[in-house]
Amino acid sequence: MLDFIARRLVSIVPVLAVVAILVFLMLRLTPGDPAAVIAGDNATSDQIADIRAKLGLNEPLWTQFAIWIGNILQGNFGESFFFKKTVAELIAQRIEPTVALATCTLIFAVSVSVPMGVLAAYRQGSVFDRIVMGFAVMGFSVPGFVIGYCLIYLFAIELGWLPVQGYVRIGVNFWQFLERMVLPSLTLSVGFVALIARITRASVLEVLNEDYIRTARAKGLSNRVVLMRHALRNAAVPILTVIGLGIAILMGGAVVTESVFGLPGLGRLTVEAVLSRDFPTIQTVILMFSVVYVVINLLIDISYTVFDPRIRY
Amino acid sequence: MTVATEDIVDSASIAAATAKRPSLWLIALRNPNVIIGGTILLVMVAIAALAPLLGTVDPTRIDPAARNKKPGTEITMRLDDGQTVKRVAIMGTDSLGRDVYSRVIYGARVSLAVGVAVALIAIAIGVVIGLVSGYIRWLDGIIMRVMDGLMAIPGILLAIAMVSIWRAGLVTVIFAIVVPDVPRVVRLVRSIVLTVREEPYVEGAISVGTPTWVLMFRHILPNTIAPLIVQGTFIAAAAILVEAALSFLGIGIPPEIPSWGNIMAEGRTLFRVFPHNIFYPGIFLAFTVLAINIMGDGLRDTLDPKMSKKV
Repeated sequence: MLDFIARRLVSIVPVLAVVAILVFLMLRLTPGDPAAVIAGDNATSDQIADIRAKLGLNEPLWTQFAIWIGNILQGNFGESFFFKKTVAELIAQRIEPTVALATCTLIFAVSVSVPMGVLAAYRQGSVFDRIVMGFAVMGFSVPGFVIGYCLIYLFAIELGWLPVQGYVRIGVNFWQFLERMVLPSLTLSVGFVALIARITRASVLEVLNEDYIRTARAKGLSNRVVLMRHALRNAAVPILTVIGLGIAILMGGAVVTESVFGLPGLGRLTVEAVLSRDFPTIQTVILMFSVVYVVINLLIDISYTVFDPRIRY
Repeated sequence: MTVATEDIVDSASIAAATAKRPSLWLIALRNPNVIIGGTILLVMVAIAALAPLLGTVDPTRIDPAARNKKPGTEITMRLDDGQTVKRVAIMGTDSLGRDVYSRVIYGARVSLAVGVAVALIAIAIGVVIGLVSGYIRWLDGIIMRVMDGLMAIPGILLAIAMVSIWRAGLVTVIFAIVVPDVPRVVRLVRSIVLTVREEPYVEGAISVGTPTWVLMFRHILPNTIAPLIVQGTFIAAAAILVEAALSFLGIGIPPEIPSWGNIMAEGRTLFRVFPHNIFYPGIFLAFTVLAINIMGDGLRDTLDPKMSKKV
């Protein structure tokens, strides 16, 4: 087991290395002087010269990469000249809303979609099954920001139940924080629920044909026990895989959702950084999201052994 | 579930059965999902193609006298020759007085063009890389590591990064959406190449001295067509959504081009008072993507039954 974890850890190194090279090349491939691009539109020539020296821009490309990656590994992500802060400070400031949004969405989406998928599979062909499948296709097709605005219109403007936009830090006022998380999480959940419900239904359907399900029924176990303990547990691996892959959708969706609801998170930061062509910030955010994505999928890979002891590495 | 005895059939009856079987494409065209999705999509294509004939005005025409009108308001338009014409703005106007109905109708052109262009380009690039990767062993490792790296960056973020490099424009946006899709096509094509190259007919072709490129294009490539069409529809649907998202965020297609995302971006600031700027393009967007996805589901069930069992 430890051996397996070690091997999997090693296997993500080349992936992350490629990501780092791609993100590094991103800036070098921009037309014009990277130092001028990093410094932004209002930089003085002294600042540009300073950056050029720091990045070693007169050195060969691989030396530049070594300097850049060396800095990043030491936690030095550079400075945002647009926001007048180091990128590390900027991210520390903006990370809370994004983590909160992602956590609320994950909890909500998984707790709604898995029972939905299991029930749809159990009642295959029923009205409920058709509704779930219809919703799944809809969820893929309606863009997050349209859903977001529909929810705002209905619950915030017409009914006045929830605030329209904005964010309150979790430490400041928990209730207000929660109030402002409801609509964004719902918005972000739709696509995610569609994805998980669909895969849950498919993998539970497959498992329900197995002999051990018939045996469990024959033993006289209740439907609930058969579905939850026998069917769902055996269907867990594909569901977990899709949840892991869906994290990418979640991250992409966070960018849009944060913009709709005015949450000052990393997604909003990414858009602001692109609009102001603030490359150190863009590079760091993309690198960070990718590392998180890869690590989460690694953890899920490892968790297979817990859910399905037949899987031995 | 097929039973083993069903698999044992003499070759004569296989020949008879295949001769009678209607073409796969005909079966696909009879699938209800393909019919429903395809019909809605055809209507959208017709709307896009016939945009000037559908009672629209110039979608970029700014009219300071008719700003922020609710849907159904009658507005008076001054034509270039000085005459005035009364016209009902059925979807209202935006904060620059542009007619939302005309913008939504013309927006169909942009969205469909982006969807089709992204799917075609991603497949073209992906097929070439996938064939090379599946067939030339020593390149396979390098190519697949790069593809793994690309797949590790969440799609929209990669597109955002691309857009930030080459300033916004229609071509930039299309290319930015293509890049994250390429690895998915590469993996699909590569996996097919890897299975097909072990088939007896490919070995046969090699043994009679068929040149590699003929082998690739005549014997291997046809196997990828059906799954690629299915994949292509899903890429097109996702591309339309990503374009709308990028434009909505203000980092996509330049604002003067009327795309659905741009109309919604314009409507954001005054959403509380004039939600129509978001809702009308949103409905068109959702319906188009829904139609393509439904059609894709139907095509997958008929053309690529192996895939449909997996998901």
